[in-house]
Amino acid sequence: MTKVDASDAAPDTLVAGARRRHARWWGRGVPLPLLVPALIGLAFLLVPLVALLVRTEWHDLPDQLSSPAVWQALRLSLLCATAATAVSLVLGVPLAWLLARVEFPGRGLVRALVTLPLVLPPVVGGVALLMALGRNGVVGRLLDSWFGVTLPFTTAGVVVAEAFVAMPFLVISVEGTLRAADPRYEEAATTLGASRFTAFRRVTLPLIAPGIGAGAVLAWARALGEFGATITFAGNFPGRTQTMPLAVYLALQNDPEAAIALSLVLLAVSIAVLAGLRDHWMSAG
Amino acid sequence: MTRTARRNRRTLQVAGVGAAALLALSACSSSDSDSSSGKSDSSASASGSASTKTSGTVTVFAAASLQESFTALGKEFEKEHPGTKVNFSFGGSDTLAAQITGGAPADVFAAASPKTMKIVTAKGDAVGTPATFVRNQLEIATLPGNPDKISSLKDLTKSSLKVVLCDKTVPCGAAAQKALTASKLKLTPVSYEQDVKSALNKVVLKEADAAVVYKTDVKAAGSKVQGVEFPESANAINDYPITLVKNAPNAVAAKAFIALVQSAEGQKVLTEAGFLKP
Repeated sequence: MTKVDASDAAPDTLVAGARRRHARWWGRGVPLPLLVPALIGLAFLLVPLVALLVRTEWHDLPDQLSSPAVWQALRLSLLCATAATAVSLVLGVPLAWLLARVEFPGRGLVRALVTLPLVLPPVVGGVALLMALGRNGVVGRLLDSWFGVTLPFTTAGVVVAEAFVAMPFLVISVEGTLRAADPRYEEAATTLGASRFTAFRRVTLPLIAPGIGAGAVLAWARALGEFGATITFAGNFPGRTQTMPLAVYLALQNDPEAAIALSLVLLAVSIAVLAGLRDHWMSAG
Repeated sequence: MTRTARRNRRTLQVAGVGAAALLALSACSSSDSDSSSGKSDSSASASGSASTKTSGTVTVFAAASLQESFTALGKEFEKEHPGTKVNFSFGGSDTLAAQITGGAPADVFAAASPKTMKIVTAKGDAVGTPATFVRNQLEIATLPGNPDKISSLKDLTKSSLKVVLCDKTVPCGAAAQKALTASKLKLTPVSYEQDVKSALNKVVLKEADAAVVYKTDVKAAGSKVQGVEFPESANAINDYPITLVKNAPNAVAAKAFIALVQSAEGQKVLTEAGFLKP
């Protein structure tokens, strides 16, 4: 969205803006009423993670991490989170476009409903998924009798649970970008003879790519940490539905050290992936 | 709209968001103290009534399987001791034990296994030796009417059945494992659930065909599941220990509550819920 603003603005203001943004933090540029809460906020987010590192029994760590169960859970986590992000992209981007670009009655309500999984406690989300897609669910019953497919207790079930919780993040992010993007580019494309779908594909998509990237990263991170909906809908079986958060929770029951070790692996992997993504294709946003 | 008006509106919005955030935070903290600590109430009353009189709030951390019977006993306790209030925190025994050793302000701890109680006694957070107040036996929970005709533990090993067990880390899972090992059966469930109520709920919601849970859970679920007793469960009976927590904010009321649980009246409520006498 900054791209569009930038092309509208005069070049000299842009440069000044950039310089102002990079003001030294101790300089006049950062007012104290903003700096103090900002630093407290940062500490609030980081201190628990630091505490986790402090309490780690480092000499036991190699033992804890050498168990194949850990890598099995990690592999499953990465696989399912990525699949859930893919599902969210395929379904979520068109949904965001619909919400941002098409006027229809009850749009505000639909927009609110889309964000509902954000406020729903994930465990309730899991129960709702069972009601809908379980063996006896409203839709699940048909899936079972027509195709012999049951989702609970399967890896596909994990993907479904994670996508359910993660997709709203992507939709909100993409819809925000779409609404900030200038629709006149698409209108220009359609007046020049492109169909609305071509305009979406060739003009809108490249325009909102940073927003899609940011939304996908958010959704992926949310899916990776998903616990409640997953354990409720897909259950917990090593290698099939036991993702890292589930393994961490169950390890916490009788071996807190193992739980901390597992959490560290998950943290390290997520930091690596998120930092990599930010540098590569989120810098544009 | 003038510039100032617009700015005012923005300030108001910011203030609104801030207020909402504060409200949310305080709502969290207050509900927290309601459900698990009740710290302020109990400490105030403890200093108010110096020694013997039972009053104030007593906070009981109890295993999930005790939910129905302890809630009933709590009401009984409040009736017998006017002015008192019993707050419960029900959960997996391991989680509760970890919370207590982590300094949670509990008065009474009732666990579903000696192993989980040991987490608390090992850290010196219990007063005296915990007493076994009830025992619980495993039972198979099947769908109403038992459509799969399950009549023994061995029947659960059929591959066409979807069976859920508790995870080995929680007492009901450890007990189920013990019963299976003793009868040399190999059972691959579709899921190892995080606590006994989750395992039961998978059958209540008809997602699983059977679960190995406690007798008390089958009883509590009423007509939503059907229980099938199995002889191997005699090998895996769980003792439930109860103790006064060392830094109990309200030790007087806590002792009175433990006495009620062990009294004939308390035992009646517990056996009606399906527990065995110690």
